[in-house]
Amino acid sequence: MSLISATGLGVDYGGRRALFDIDFAIERGEIVSVVGPNGSGKTSFLRALLGVVPPARGKITRAKGLRVGYVPQRLHIDPALPLPVARFLSLPRRQSGADIADVLARVGVPDVARQNMTTLSGGQFQRVLLARALLVKPDILMLDEPTAGLDQPGVASFYRLIDDTRREMGCAVLSVSHDLHVVMSASDRVICINGHICCEGAPHVVRAAPEYRALFGFGTGGALALYQHDHDHAHDHAHEHAKAHDHG
Amino acid sequence: MLDDFLTRALLAGLAVALATGPLGCFVVWRRMAYFGDATAHAAILGVALALGFQISIFLGTMVVALIMAMTVSMLAGRGWAMDTTLGVLAHSALAFGLVAVSFLPAVRVDLSAYLFGDILAVSRFDLAVIAGGSALVLGLILWRWSALLTATLNEDLAHASDVDPGRERLVLTLALAVVVAVALKIVGALLIAALLIIPAAAARNFARGPESMALSAVAIGGLSVWGGLQLSLAQDTPSGPSIVVMASLIFVTSTVGAALFQKRLGR
Repeated sequence: MSLISATGLGVDYGGRRALFDIDFAIERGEIVSVVGPNGSGKTSFLRALLGVVPPARGKITRAKGLRVGYVPQRLHIDPALPLPVARFLSLPRRQSGADIADVLARVGVPDVARQNMTTLSGGQFQRVLLARALLVKPDILMLDEPTAGLDQPGVASFYRLIDDTRREMGCAVLSVSHDLHVVMSASDRVICINGHICCEGAPHVVRAAPEYRALFGFGTGGALALYQHDHDHAHDHAHEHAKAHDHG
Repeated sequence: MLDDFLTRALLAGLAVALATGPLGCFVVWRRMAYFGDATAHAAILGVALALGFQISIFLGTMVVALIMAMTVSMLAGRGWAMDTTLGVLAHSALAFGLVAVSFLPAVRVDLSAYLFGDILAVSRFDLAVIAGGSALVLGLILWRWSALLTATLNEDLAHASDVDPGRERLVLTLALAVVVAVALKIVGALLIAALLIIPAAAARNFARGPESMALSAVAIGGLSVWGGLQLSLAQDTPSGPSIVVMASLIFVTSTVGAALFQKRLGR
Protein backbone atom coordinates (compact mmCIF):
# COMPACT_ATOMS: atom_id res chain seq x y z
CA MET A 1 0.00 0.00 0.00
CA SER A 2 1.18 3.53 -0.74
CA LEU A 3 2.52 5.64 2.12
CA ILE A 4 0.36 8.57 1.10
CA SER A 5 -2.07 8.81 -1.75
CA ALA A 6 -4.37 11.53 -3.00
CA THR A 7 -7.26 11.24 -5.43
CA GLY A 8 -8.94 14.17 -7.14
CA LEU A 9 -7.23 16.45 -4.62
CA GLY A 10 -8.02 20.15 -4.71
CA VAL A 11 -6.75 22.85 -2.33
CA ASP A 12 -7.90 26.43 -2.00
CA TYR A 13 -5.58 29.16 -0.84
CA GLY A 14 -6.71 32.69 -0.07
CA GLY A 15 -10.14 32.03 -1.59
CA ARG A 16 -8.79 30.85 -4.92
CA ARG A 17 -8.12 27.43 -6.37
CA ALA A 18 -4.46 26.66 -5.75
CA LEU A 19 -4.61 23.02 -6.83
CA PHE A 20 -7.10 20.86 -8.67
CA ASP A 21 -7.50 17.28 -9.95
CA ILE A 22 -4.35 15.93 -8.35
CA ASP A 23 -3.94 12.15 -8.34
CA PHE A 24 -0.82 11.15 -6.50
CA ALA A 25 0.79 8.30 -4.61
CA ILE A 26 4.20 7.70 -3.12
CA GLU A 27 5.59 4.26 -2.29
CA ARG A 28 8.00 3.10 0.38
CA GLY A 29 11.60 4.12 -0.40
CA GLU A 30 10.72 6.20 -3.44
CA ILE A 31 12.24 9.62 -4.17
CA VAL A 32 9.72 11.95 -5.72
CA SER A 33 10.44 15.56 -6.58
CA VAL A 34 7.75 18.13 -7.15
CA VAL A 35 8.82 21.04 -9.29
CA GLY A 36 6.89 24.07 -10.37
CA PRO A 37 7.28 27.82 -10.76
CA ASN A 38 6.50 30.20 -7.88
CA GLY A 39 2.78 30.27 -7.10
CA SER A 40 2.20 26.94 -8.80
CA GLY A 41 0.71 25.44 -5.63
CA LYS A 42 3.59 23.12 -4.83
CA THR A 43 3.82 24.25 -1.22
CA SER A 44 0.03 23.95 -0.86
CA PHE A 45 0.38 20.41 -2.18
CA LEU A 46 2.91 19.52 0.51
CA ARG A 47 0.89 21.20 3.25
CA ALA A 48 -2.22 19.29 2.22
CA LEU A 49 -0.33 15.99 2.36
CA LEU A 50 1.02 16.98 5.79
CA GLY A 51 -2.52 17.65 6.99
CA VAL A 52 -1.96 21.35 7.67
CA VAL A 53 -4.64 22.50 5.23
CA PRO A 54 -7.77 20.42 4.69
CA PRO A 55 -8.44 19.39 1.09
CA ALA A 56 -11.24 21.40 -0.51
CA ARG A 57 -11.97 18.55 -2.90
CA GLY A 58 -10.95 14.92 -3.20
CA LYS A 59 -9.28 12.95 -0.45
CA ILE A 60 -5.93 12.01 1.03
CA THR A 61 -5.14 8.59 2.47
CA ARG A 62 -2.15 7.98 4.73
CA ALA A 63 -0.80 4.58 5.71
CA LYS A 64 -1.66 3.66 9.30
CA GLY A 65 0.95 4.85 11.81
CA LEU A 66 2.85 6.76 9.14
CA ARG A 67 5.86 8.59 10.58
CA VAL A 68 6.58 11.82 8.76
CA GLY A 69 9.84 13.74 9.00
CA TYR A 70 9.18 17.29 7.85
CA VAL A 71 11.79 19.88 6.87
CA PRO A 72 10.13 23.26 6.44
CA GLN A 73 11.09 25.85 3.86
CA ARG A 74 12.13 28.39 6.43
CA LEU A 75 11.97 28.42 10.14
CA HIS A 76 12.00 31.81 11.72
CA ILE A 77 12.98 31.60 15.37
CA ASP A 78 12.09 34.70 17.30
CA PRO A 79 15.23 36.12 18.94
CA ALA A 80 13.21 36.35 22.15
CA LEU A 81 13.21 32.55 22.34
CA PRO A 82 16.53 31.13 23.55
CA LEU A 83 16.71 27.66 22.00
CA PRO A 84 19.81 25.45 22.04
CA VAL A 85 20.03 22.91 19.22
CA ALA A 86 19.68 19.93 21.58
CA ARG A 87 16.49 21.39 23.03
CA PHE A 88 15.09 22.03 19.57
CA LEU A 89 15.70 18.40 18.63
CA SER A 90 13.74 17.33 21.72
CA LEU A 91 10.55 19.05 20.59
CA PRO A 92 7.94 17.84 21.08
CA ARG A 93 9.32 14.53 22.37
CA ARG A 94 12.37 14.20 24.62
CA GLN A 95 15.33 12.54 22.91
CA SER A 96 18.30 11.00 24.67
CA GLY A 97 21.66 12.76 24.54
CA ALA A 98 23.12 9.78 22.67
CA ASP A 99 20.41 9.90 19.98
CA ILE A 100 20.96 13.63 19.55
CA ALA A 101 24.74 13.20 19.22
CA ASP A 102 24.20 10.38 16.70
CA VAL A 103 21.82 12.27 14.48
CA LEU A 104 23.91 15.46 14.53
CA ALA A 105 26.96 13.44 13.50
CA ARG A 106 24.96 11.78 10.74
CA VAL A 107 23.95 15.11 9.20
CA GLY A 108 27.50 16.44 9.48
CA VAL A 109 27.20 19.00 12.29
CA PRO A 110 28.49 17.07 15.33
CA ASP A 111 29.54 20.07 17.39
CA VAL A 112 26.46 22.28 17.51
CA ALA A 113 24.33 20.59 20.21
CA ARG A 114 24.87 23.33 22.77
CA GLN A 115 24.78 26.21 20.33
CA ASN A 116 21.76 28.50 20.10
CA MET A 117 19.65 27.95 16.96
CA THR A 118 19.94 31.59 15.94
CA THR A 119 23.75 31.44 15.83
CA LEU A 120 23.89 28.67 13.18
CA SER A 121 24.91 29.33 9.59
CA GLY A 122 22.34 28.68 6.84
CA GLY A 123 23.84 25.31 5.97
CA GLN A 124 24.11 24.20 9.59
CA PHE A 125 20.53 25.30 10.24
CA GLN A 126 19.14 23.18 7.38
CA ARG A 127 21.14 20.18 8.60
CA VAL A 128 19.72 20.59 12.09
CA LEU A 129 16.21 20.76 10.63
CA LEU A 130 16.94 17.54 8.77
CA ALA A 131 18.33 15.99 11.97
CA ARG A 132 15.07 16.75 13.74
CA ALA A 133 13.09 15.16 10.92
CA LEU A 134 15.29 12.03 11.09
CA LEU A 135 14.82 11.60 14.86
CA VAL A 136 11.28 10.33 14.37
CA LYS A 137 12.69 7.48 12.22
CA PRO A 138 10.48 8.58 9.37
CA ASP A 139 8.79 6.40 6.77
CA ILE A 140 8.79 9.48 4.60
CA LEU A 141 10.82 12.67 4.59
CA MET A 142 8.96 15.71 3.32
CA LEU A 143 11.12 18.65 2.31
CA ASP A 144 9.85 22.05 1.25
CA GLU A 145 12.56 23.87 -0.71
CA PRO A 146 15.07 22.72 1.89
CA THR A 147 18.00 24.41 0.20
CA ALA A 148 16.58 27.88 -0.27
CA GLY A 149 19.31 30.33 0.68
CA LEU A 150 22.22 27.88 0.38
CA ASP A 151 25.00 28.41 -2.12
CA GLN A 152 25.53 25.91 -4.89
CA PRO A 153 28.06 23.63 -3.15
CA GLY A 154 25.82 23.77 -0.07
CA VAL A 155 22.81 22.71 -2.13
CA ALA A 156 24.69 19.84 -3.76
CA SER A 157 26.03 18.53 -0.47
CA PHE A 158 22.63 18.83 1.20
CA TYR A 159 20.92 16.76 -1.47
CA ARG A 160 23.77 14.30 -1.38
CA LEU A 161 23.13 13.94 2.36
CA ILE A 162 19.43 13.29 1.69
CA ASP A 163 20.39 10.66 -0.86
CA ASP A 164 22.75 8.92 1.60
CA THR A 165 20.14 9.09 4.34
CA ARG A 166 17.52 7.52 2.11
CA ARG A 167 19.86 4.70 1.27
CA GLU A 168 20.70 4.03 4.92
CA MET A 169 17.27 4.49 6.45
CA GLY A 170 15.14 3.32 3.57
CA CYS A 171 12.64 6.16 3.90
CA ALA A 172 10.74 7.68 1.01
CA VAL A 173 11.57 11.27 0.10
CA LEU A 174 9.11 13.82 -1.21
CA SER A 175 10.75 17.12 -1.93
CA VAL A 176 9.37 20.30 -3.37
CA SER A 177 11.77 22.48 -5.24
CA HIS A 178 12.61 24.75 -8.03
CA ASP A 179 16.25 23.65 -7.87
CA LEU A 180 15.48 21.54 -10.90
CA HIS A 181 18.90 20.26 -11.78
CA VAL A 182 19.99 18.94 -8.40
CA VAL A 183 16.62 17.47 -7.56
CA MET A 184 16.29 15.73 -10.85
CA SER A 185 19.46 13.67 -10.73
CA ALA A 186 18.48 11.97 -7.47
CA SER A 187 14.79 11.42 -8.19
CA ASP A 188 12.99 8.24 -9.17
CA ARG A 189 10.12 10.36 -10.39
CA VAL A 190 9.52 14.02 -11.06
CA ILE A 191 6.13 15.68 -10.91
CA CYS A 192 5.77 18.99 -12.64
CA ILE A 193 3.00 21.04 -11.07
CA ASN A 194 1.25 24.22 -12.08
CA GLY A 195 -2.15 24.15 -10.37
CA HIS A 196 -2.53 20.63 -11.66
CA ILE A 197 -0.03 17.94 -12.63
CA CYS A 198 1.38 19.03 -15.98
CA CYS A 199 3.55 16.01 -16.52
CA GLU A 200 5.32 13.35 -14.54
CA GLY A 201 7.76 10.53 -14.96
CA ALA A 202 11.44 9.71 -14.80
CA PRO A 203 13.67 12.81 -14.79
CA HIS A 204 14.76 12.43 -18.43
CA VAL A 205 11.14 11.94 -19.54
CA VAL A 206 9.94 15.07 -17.77
CA ARG A 207 12.90 17.04 -19.03
CA ALA A 208 11.89 16.26 -22.60
CA ALA A 209 8.16 16.83 -22.07
CA PRO A 210 6.71 19.81 -23.93
CA GLU A 211 4.62 20.78 -20.85
CA TYR A 212 7.80 21.04 -18.80
CA ARG A 213 9.51 23.05 -21.52
CA ALA A 214 6.53 25.37 -21.64
CA LEU A 215 6.82 26.06 -17.92
CA PHE A 216 10.57 26.35 -17.55
CA GLY A 217 11.81 27.08 -21.07
CA PHE A 218 15.04 25.73 -22.49
CA GLY A 219 17.38 27.83 -20.41
CA THR A 220 18.08 25.09 -17.88
CA GLY A 221 19.07 22.53 -20.49
CA GLY A 222 22.77 23.05 -20.00
CA ALA A 223 22.56 22.96 -16.23
CA LEU A 224 20.54 19.77 -16.35
CA ALA A 225 23.18 18.11 -18.44
CA LEU A 226 25.71 19.06 -15.81
CA TYR A 227 23.96 16.87 -13.27
CA GLN A 228 23.38 13.98 -15.60
CA HIS A 229 26.84 12.58 -15.21
CA ASP A 230 27.85 10.15 -12.51
CA HIS A 231 27.65 12.28 -9.41
CA ASP A 232 29.68 10.13 -7.06
CA HIS A 233 33.00 11.83 -7.46
CA ALA A 234 31.92 15.10 -8.96
CA HIS A 235 29.66 15.82 -6.00
CA ASP A 236 31.98 14.29 -3.47
CA HIS A 237 34.22 17.18 -4.17
CA ALA A 238 31.44 19.68 -3.79
CA HIS A 239 30.41 17.93 -0.60
CA GLU A 240 33.79 18.30 1.03
CA HIS A 241 33.99 21.85 -0.09
CA ALA A 242 30.61 22.68 1.43
CA LYS A 243 31.52 21.06 4.71
CA ALA A 244 34.69 23.07 5.00
CA HIS A 245 32.62 26.11 4.20
CA ASP A 246 30.09 25.34 6.90
CA HIS A 247 32.63 25.08 9.62
CA GLY A 248 34.71 27.98 8.43
CA MET B 1 -0.50 33.99 59.65
CA LEU B 2 -3.10 34.68 56.97
CA ASP B 3 -4.61 37.26 59.32
CA ASP B 4 -1.92 39.70 58.33
CA PHE B 5 -2.95 41.69 55.26
CA LEU B 6 0.66 42.00 54.18
CA THR B 7 1.19 38.24 54.23
CA ARG B 8 -1.96 37.74 52.18
CA ALA B 9 -0.83 40.38 49.71
CA LEU B 10 2.59 38.82 49.34
CA LEU B 11 1.21 35.30 48.91
CA ALA B 12 -1.32 36.47 46.34
CA GLY B 13 1.36 38.31 44.40
CA LEU B 14 3.72 35.35 44.46
CA ALA B 15 0.94 33.03 43.34
CA VAL B 16 0.21 35.27 40.36
CA ALA B 17 3.92 35.46 39.52
CA LEU B 18 3.98 31.67 39.26
CA ALA B 19 1.41 31.87 36.47
CA THR B 20 2.53 35.05 34.73
CA GLY B 21 6.17 33.89 34.48
CA PRO B 22 5.72 31.02 32.02
CA LEU B 23 2.63 32.51 30.35
CA GLY B 24 4.47 35.81 29.88
CA CYS B 25 7.26 33.94 28.08
CA PHE B 26 4.78 32.65 25.55
CA VAL B 27 3.31 36.14 25.19
CA VAL B 28 6.81 37.41 24.37
CA TRP B 29 7.81 34.49 22.11
CA ARG B 30 4.58 34.67 20.12
CA ARG B 31 4.55 38.47 19.99
CA MET B 32 1.22 38.62 21.77
CA ALA B 33 1.96 41.72 23.86
CA TYR B 34 -0.92 43.72 22.42
CA PHE B 35 -3.10 40.64 22.61
CA GLY B 36 -2.50 40.57 26.36
CA ASP B 37 -3.33 44.26 26.58
CA ALA B 38 -6.63 43.86 24.74
CA THR B 39 -7.64 40.95 26.94
CA ALA B 40 -6.67 42.74 30.15
CA HIS B 41 -8.46 45.96 29.21
CA ALA B 42 -11.62 43.98 28.54
CA ALA B 43 -11.56 43.09 32.25
CA ILE B 44 -12.97 46.54 33.12
CA LEU B 45 -16.03 45.76 31.03
CA GLY B 46 -16.21 42.48 32.95
CA VAL B 47 -16.13 44.39 36.25
CA ALA B 48 -18.98 46.61 35.12
CA LEU B 49 -21.09 43.65 34.03
CA ALA B 50 -20.33 41.70 37.20
CA LEU B 51 -21.37 44.63 39.39
CA GLY B 52 -24.44 45.25 37.23
CA PHE B 53 -25.63 41.63 37.39
CA GLN B 54 -24.31 41.14 40.90
CA ILE B 55 -22.16 38.16 40.11
CA SER B 56 -18.60 37.44 41.21
CA ILE B 57 -16.03 39.91 39.86
CA PHE B 58 -13.65 37.02 39.15
CA LEU B 59 -16.28 35.29 37.08
CA GLY B 60 -17.33 38.44 35.24
CA THR B 61 -13.82 39.47 34.28
CA MET B 62 -12.85 35.95 33.31
CA VAL B 63 -15.83 35.52 31.00
CA VAL B 64 -15.39 38.89 29.29
CA ALA B 65 -11.62 38.41 29.02
CA LEU B 66 -12.23 35.00 27.52
CA ILE B 67 -14.68 36.38 24.96
CA MET B 68 -12.21 39.10 24.04
CA ALA B 69 -9.31 36.67 23.79
CA MET B 70 -11.35 34.29 21.60
CA THR B 71 -12.42 37.16 19.36
CA VAL B 72 -8.84 38.31 18.88
CA SER B 73 -7.66 34.76 18.32
CA MET B 74 -10.36 34.22 15.68
CA LEU B 75 -9.58 37.48 13.90
CA ALA B 76 -5.90 36.56 13.87
CA GLY B 77 -6.81 33.24 12.29
CA ARG B 78 -8.59 35.09 9.50
CA GLY B 79 -5.53 37.12 8.73
CA TRP B 80 -6.66 40.55 9.92
CA ALA B 81 -3.91 43.14 10.22
CA MET B 82 -3.28 42.42 13.88
CA ASP B 83 -1.47 45.49 15.08
CA THR B 84 -4.29 47.86 14.15
CA THR B 85 -7.09 45.47 15.03
CA LEU B 86 -5.64 44.84 18.47
CA GLY B 87 -5.12 48.54 19.02
CA VAL B 88 -8.78 49.16 18.21
CA LEU B 89 -9.99 46.31 20.42
CA ALA B 90 -7.74 47.07 23.39
CA HIS B 91 -8.75 50.69 23.69
CA SER B 92 -12.39 50.15 22.79
CA ALA B 93 -12.71 47.51 25.49
CA LEU B 94 -11.28 49.88 28.06
CA ALA B 95 -13.48 52.80 26.99
CA PHE B 96 -16.63 50.68 26.87
CA GLY B 97 -15.81 49.32 30.31
CA LEU B 98 -15.31 52.76 31.81
CA VAL B 99 -18.54 54.03 30.28
CA ALA B 100 -20.41 50.95 31.46
CA VAL B 101 -19.17 51.42 35.03
CA SER B 102 -20.48 55.00 35.00
CA PHE B 103 -23.99 53.67 34.37
CA LEU B 104 -24.02 51.65 37.56
CA PRO B 105 -26.37 53.43 39.97
CA ALA B 106 -25.75 53.74 43.67
CA VAL B 107 -22.85 51.33 43.70
CA ARG B 108 -19.77 52.63 45.31
CA VAL B 109 -17.27 51.68 42.68
CA ASP B 110 -13.68 52.43 43.45
CA LEU B 111 -12.58 52.35 39.85
CA SER B 112 -8.91 52.90 40.62
CA ALA B 113 -8.84 49.57 42.48
CA TYR B 114 -9.73 47.84 39.21
CA LEU B 115 -7.53 49.96 37.02
CA PHE B 116 -4.43 49.84 39.22
CA GLY B 117 -5.07 46.93 41.55
CA ASP B 118 -5.53 46.74 45.28
CA ILE B 119 -3.24 44.01 46.46
CA LEU B 120 -3.26 45.17 50.09
CA ALA B 121 -7.01 44.53 50.23
CA VAL B 122 -6.77 40.85 49.26
CA SER B 123 -9.12 38.86 51.51
CA ARG B 124 -8.77 35.22 52.51
CA PHE B 125 -11.35 34.33 49.91
CA ASP B 126 -9.57 36.40 47.24
CA LEU B 127 -6.34 34.66 48.13
CA ALA B 128 -7.96 31.25 47.71
CA VAL B 129 -9.36 32.18 44.30
CA ILE B 130 -6.08 33.76 43.15
CA ALA B 131 -4.05 30.76 44.30
CA GLY B 132 -6.53 28.38 42.67
CA GLY B 133 -6.55 30.28 39.37
CA SER B 134 -2.77 30.56 39.29
CA ALA B 135 -2.38 26.86 40.05
CA LEU B 136 -4.78 26.08 37.21
CA VAL B 137 -2.80 28.19 34.73
CA LEU B 138 0.54 26.83 35.89
CA GLY B 139 -0.75 23.27 35.67
CA LEU B 140 -2.17 23.84 32.21
CA ILE B 141 1.11 25.27 30.91
CA LEU B 142 3.25 22.56 32.50
CA TRP B 143 0.99 19.88 31.06
CA ARG B 144 1.10 21.33 27.53
CA TRP B 145 4.66 22.69 27.74
CA SER B 146 6.29 20.73 24.94
CA ALA B 147 3.33 21.00 22.60
CA LEU B 148 3.02 24.72 23.30
CA LEU B 149 6.69 25.24 22.51
CA THR B 150 6.45 23.25 19.29
CA ALA B 151 3.38 25.16 18.14
CA THR B 152 5.10 28.44 19.02
CA LEU B 153 8.09 27.51 16.90
CA ASN B 154 6.25 26.75 13.68
CA GLU B 155 2.69 25.66 12.98
CA ASP B 156 3.52 23.37 10.05
CA LEU B 157 6.25 21.70 12.05
CA ALA B 158 3.76 21.21 14.86
CA HIS B 159 1.28 19.58 12.49
CA ALA B 160 3.92 17.18 11.23
CA SER B 161 4.66 16.22 14.87
CA ASP B 162 0.96 15.56 15.58
CA VAL B 163 0.60 18.74 17.61
CA ASP B 164 -2.50 20.76 16.77
CA PRO B 165 -1.46 24.44 16.84
CA GLY B 166 -5.12 25.51 17.07
CA ARG B 167 -5.57 23.57 20.29
CA GLU B 168 -2.41 25.01 21.79
CA ARG B 169 -3.53 28.52 20.88
CA LEU B 170 -6.77 27.81 22.71
CA VAL B 171 -4.82 26.66 25.78
CA LEU B 172 -2.94 29.95 25.84
CA THR B 173 -6.13 31.94 25.28
CA LEU B 174 -7.81 30.20 28.24
CA ALA B 175 -4.73 30.66 30.43
CA LEU B 176 -4.62 34.35 29.55
CA ALA B 177 -8.26 34.88 30.51
CA VAL B 178 -7.76 33.19 33.88
CA VAL B 179 -4.61 35.19 34.55
CA VAL B 180 -6.40 38.44 33.77
CA ALA B 181 -9.15 37.53 36.22
CA VAL B 182 -6.76 36.70 39.07
CA ALA B 183 -4.21 39.47 38.41
CA LEU B 184 -6.86 42.20 38.33
CA LYS B 185 -6.70 42.50 42.11
CA ILE B 186 -2.89 42.56 42.09
CA VAL B 187 -1.88 45.17 39.51
CA GLY B 188 -5.17 46.21 37.90
CA ALA B 189 -6.38 46.01 34.32
CA LEU B 190 -4.00 48.63 32.97
CA LEU B 191 -0.85 46.89 34.16
CA ILE B 192 -1.61 43.17 33.84
CA ALA B 193 0.17 43.01 30.49
CA ALA B 194 3.22 44.60 32.14
CA LEU B 195 3.33 41.78 34.67
CA LEU B 196 3.33 39.30 31.77
CA ILE B 197 5.87 40.97 29.53
CA ILE B 198 8.45 42.70 31.71
CA PRO B 199 9.65 39.73 33.81
CA ALA B 200 9.86 37.56 30.67
CA ALA B 201 11.77 40.25 28.78
CA ALA B 202 14.16 40.68 31.70
CA ALA B 203 14.67 36.91 31.90
CA ARG B 204 15.52 36.74 28.18
CA ASN B 205 18.73 38.66 28.83
CA PHE B 206 20.44 35.78 30.55
CA ALA B 207 18.33 32.67 29.89
CA ARG B 208 20.02 29.85 27.97
CA GLY B 209 16.89 27.88 27.14
CA PRO B 210 13.10 28.16 27.23
CA GLU B 211 12.79 26.41 30.60
CA SER B 212 15.37 28.58 32.31
CA MET B 213 13.71 31.67 30.84
CA ALA B 214 10.33 30.66 32.31
CA LEU B 215 11.86 29.93 35.73
CA SER B 216 13.75 33.21 35.74
CA ALA B 217 10.59 35.07 34.77
CA VAL B 218 8.83 33.54 37.79
CA ALA B 219 11.70 34.57 40.06
CA ILE B 220 11.77 38.11 38.65
CA GLY B 221 8.00 38.41 38.96
CA GLY B 222 8.19 37.26 42.58
CA LEU B 223 11.00 39.65 43.35
CA SER B 224 9.04 42.50 41.79
CA VAL B 225 5.99 41.71 43.92
CA TRP B 226 8.09 41.63 47.09
CA GLY B 227 10.02 44.79 46.18
CA GLY B 228 6.88 46.60 45.07
CA LEU B 229 5.14 45.84 48.34
CA GLN B 230 8.14 47.11 50.32
CA LEU B 231 8.20 50.29 48.27
CA SER B 232 4.48 50.73 48.69
CA LEU B 233 4.72 50.34 52.48
CA ALA B 234 7.77 52.53 52.92
CA GLN B 235 6.77 55.38 50.63
CA ASP B 236 2.98 54.96 50.61
CA THR B 237 2.99 54.54 46.84
CA PRO B 238 0.19 52.72 44.98
CA SER B 239 1.01 49.01 45.22
CA GLY B 240 0.19 47.82 41.67
CA PRO B 241 2.31 50.43 39.88
CA SER B 242 5.07 49.94 42.50
CA ILE B 243 5.28 46.26 41.54
CA VAL B 244 5.59 47.17 37.86
CA VAL B 245 8.20 49.82 38.68
CA MET B 246 10.25 47.14 40.43
CA ALA B 247 9.91 44.82 37.44
CA SER B 248 11.06 47.61 35.12
CA LEU B 249 14.09 48.33 37.28
CA ILE B 250 15.04 44.65 37.18
CA PHE B 251 14.58 44.69 33.40
CA VAL B 252 16.89 47.68 32.98
CA THR B 253 19.49 46.16 35.31
CA SER B 254 19.43 42.83 33.50
CA THR B 255 19.60 44.46 30.07
CA VAL B 256 22.55 46.67 30.97
CA GLY B 257 24.22 43.82 32.81
CA ALA B 258 23.85 41.47 29.84
CA ALA B 259 25.23 44.10 27.46
CA LEU B 260 28.28 44.70 29.64
CA PHE B 261 28.84 40.97 30.08
CA GLN B 262 28.69 40.37 26.33
CA LYS B 263 31.10 43.22 25.72
CA ARG B 264 33.56 41.63 28.11
CA LEU B 265 33.15 38.28 26.35
CA GLY B 266 33.59 39.87 22.97
CA ARG B 267 36.81 41.60 23.98
